[in-house]
Amino acid sequence: MNSEYFSNDYQKTPFMLFFRVAVYAVLIIAAIYFLIPLVIMIFTSVKTMNDIRTGNLISFPRQFSLEAWKSAWDTACIGVTCNGIKGYFWNSVKITVPAVSISTIIGAANGYVFSKWKFYGSEVFFSILLLGCFIPFQIILLPMAKMLGMAGLAQTLPGLVLVHIVYGLAFTTLFFRNFYVTIPQELVKAARIDGAGFFRIFFKIMLPVSIPIFVVSIIWQTTQIWNDFLFGVVFSSGDTQPITVALNNLVNTSTGVKKYNVDMAAAIIAALPTMAVYIVAGKYFLRGLTAGSVKG
Amino acid sequence: MASLDIENVKKQFGNVEVLRSISINIAHGEFLVLVGPSGCGKSTLLNLIAGLETISSGIIKIGEQNVTHIAPKDRDIAMVFQSYALYPSMNVRKNISFGLETRKIPKPEIEKQVAKVASMLQIEDLLDRRPAQLSGGQRQRVAMGRALARDPAIFLFDEPLSNLDAKLRVEMRTEIKLLHQKVGTTIVYVTHDQIEAMTLADRIAIMKDGVIEQFGTPKNIYESPASIFVAGFIGSPSMNFIPCEITEHDGNLKILLVAQGDEKCLVPVKGLSSSPEKLKGQKVILGIRPEQISAFNLSEKKNNNVFKLKCQVRLTEPTGPDTLVFTQINNQKTTCRIHPDKAALPGESMEMGFDISKAVLFDPKTQKRIY
Ligand SMILES: Nc1ncnc2c1ncn2[C@@H]1O[C@H](COP(=O)(O)OP(=O)(O)OP(=O)(O)O)[C@@H](O)[C@H]1O
Ligand SMILES: [Mg+2]
Repeated sequence: MNSEYFSNDYQKTPFMLFFRVAVYAVLIIAAIYFLIPLVIMIFTSVKTMNDIRTGNLISFPRQFSLEAWKSAWDTACIGVTCNGIKGYFWNSVKITVPAVSISTIIGAANGYVFSKWKFYGSEVFFSILLLGCFIPFQIILLPMAKMLGMAGLAQTLPGLVLVHIVYGLAFTTLFFRNFYVTIPQELVKAARIDGAGFFRIFFKIMLPVSIPIFVVSIIWQTTQIWNDFLFGVVFSSGDTQPITVALNNLVNTSTGVKKYNVDMAAAIIAALPTMAVYIVAGKYFLRGLTAGSVKG
Repeated sequence: MASLDIENVKKQFGNVEVLRSISINIAHGEFLVLVGPSGCGKSTLLNLIAGLETISSGIIKIGEQNVTHIAPKDRDIAMVFQSYALYPSMNVRKNISFGLETRKIPKPEIEKQVAKVASMLQIEDLLDRRPAQLSGGQRQRVAMGRALARDPAIFLFDEPLSNLDAKLRVEMRTEIKLLHQKVGTTIVYVTHDQIEAMTLADRIAIMKDGVIEQFGTPKNIYESPASIFVAGFIGSPSMNFIPCEITEHDGNLKILLVAQGDEKCLVPVKGLSSSPEKLKGQKVILGIRPEQISAFNLSEKKNNNVFKLKCQVRLTEPTGPDTLVFTQINNQKTTCRIHPDKAALPGESMEMGFDISKAVLFDPKTQKRIY
């Protein structure tokens, strides 16, 4: 009560008022700076080509049209095929969903072992696994290509899924381990005395309190995998390419006139899933990142 | 219900020896309290009894069964943890029944057991709440309930009251004692609070640096402490330790107490086994509890265990029933427990009666009791 009173009072001094205004001004400018590209993209994607040619970049669309969106999804030419980006969109879904779920589940199990069932050398093992977070993408390209080739998975969706799982495990393990170390070891002891074993403790006691960290892991992995370009370019071709690669090819297809509205629509479609994930689960993401302080 | 035998148990973490040859045995139904300063290995010993840590060497038996290498769940024990360790995602009912469910006890039986425990601990209203929705005292009850539901051979308690406020702690202490009288199960109870140890225990094991300093009944430990450490640890306010020297006087061995103002008093020493010649001039520490020093009254004159010494009062602390009076004897701060009406004011002097019938002597070098 008291401190509230003081701070209200404090805000009324001219300096504080000025300070407030300045803070809001900076925030608004920053927001505009980040939003303008998105707005331009949306505007352009609903313009007709005629509109684009005659107007300027940031002008309001004179005619509203969803033609470009339809074309981007269904009929735009990527390389020599003209079926739009829909196939590649589904490719990305087929890569992202299994890769995210499997890497998150294995990460949870890893984190559980590294925090609650330490074994001789487990710290060393964990440190080595952590190195995985710092390995640049480029370094693993060649060995990974070789391995996929040997496994008969080169240029296939399952191959790409495997690459993403392996690469993501370092991160998901780290997330879950750091979350589970904040859960008291005594819970595990109590459950062991109550007769629960390794799996029962995991499923009945650890998993029910893990929702925040699952959200973190899923958001992180979804954005990483959906937005990945390098692995997509290297480890897939033609029909199996993810949407990021297809988008690049679409924009770079050099036949005919450059259809900015189609390019923009395709780019927005490619970005929609990650945006949706943030909007739906972003609140939990922030909460989960600070989950160290959360007690059950 | 079962007895507990711990034989020569050792525990090392890496190179650090945390428990060094611990041996304890208690009969079935006894209440054992492990007490000692922080880090002395109490929790470690409890975890070894529970089977949550592996033993480095030695044997643990529960009843007739050697459980040294048996998994916790097969030891027939139940444990209450300092942090209570309630499962955060489960409500109180689930928390209590979890151990029964994993043991595949039939549903109706579980319900009966939960209801019984809930009424015994008066937590019926809380059964559908989550641990996060409970107060500290309620969580403590639920943790007890989880242990009680199983009717094990031995209960293990690891500082179950240390997270409660002072008043609740005293209440729960009596409840635990009542509970023990009611169910009669063997209990091993860890605490670092000597009052809890004295009030609850049938037997106390006082630990220090991974060894047992003394193992005995509360009365035995209070009256015949084995070392300065034990004597100082048990009893509040703590025993006085007055450095003295043994002298010969009229052919008898005595020790000299000197108060401020050069008041003197010779106290006889008895019961020492070594020969008088050897003892003469030896330095000893006289251990005398505050309640054994009181205001001298004339009727005690004939009691040849009570010796009079005029002391200067430096400070008083009225506690209500008694007043603690601090004075200097042999240049050592000494606490006396005086009836409030008899206590002199600071700066004044008063006659104290030293009842040496229960006083003890320690060897300053070994810190052990010599008489
Ligand atoms: N897992 C472990 N690895 C290494 N050392 C440990 C481990 N567990 C305990 N110790 C050490 O063993 C000693 C005894 O620990 P313990 O937890 O048994 O003490 P305690 O008597 O229960 O103390 P407190 O009253 O503070 O709970 C401590 O010095 C502690 O550092
Ligand atoms: Mg402890």
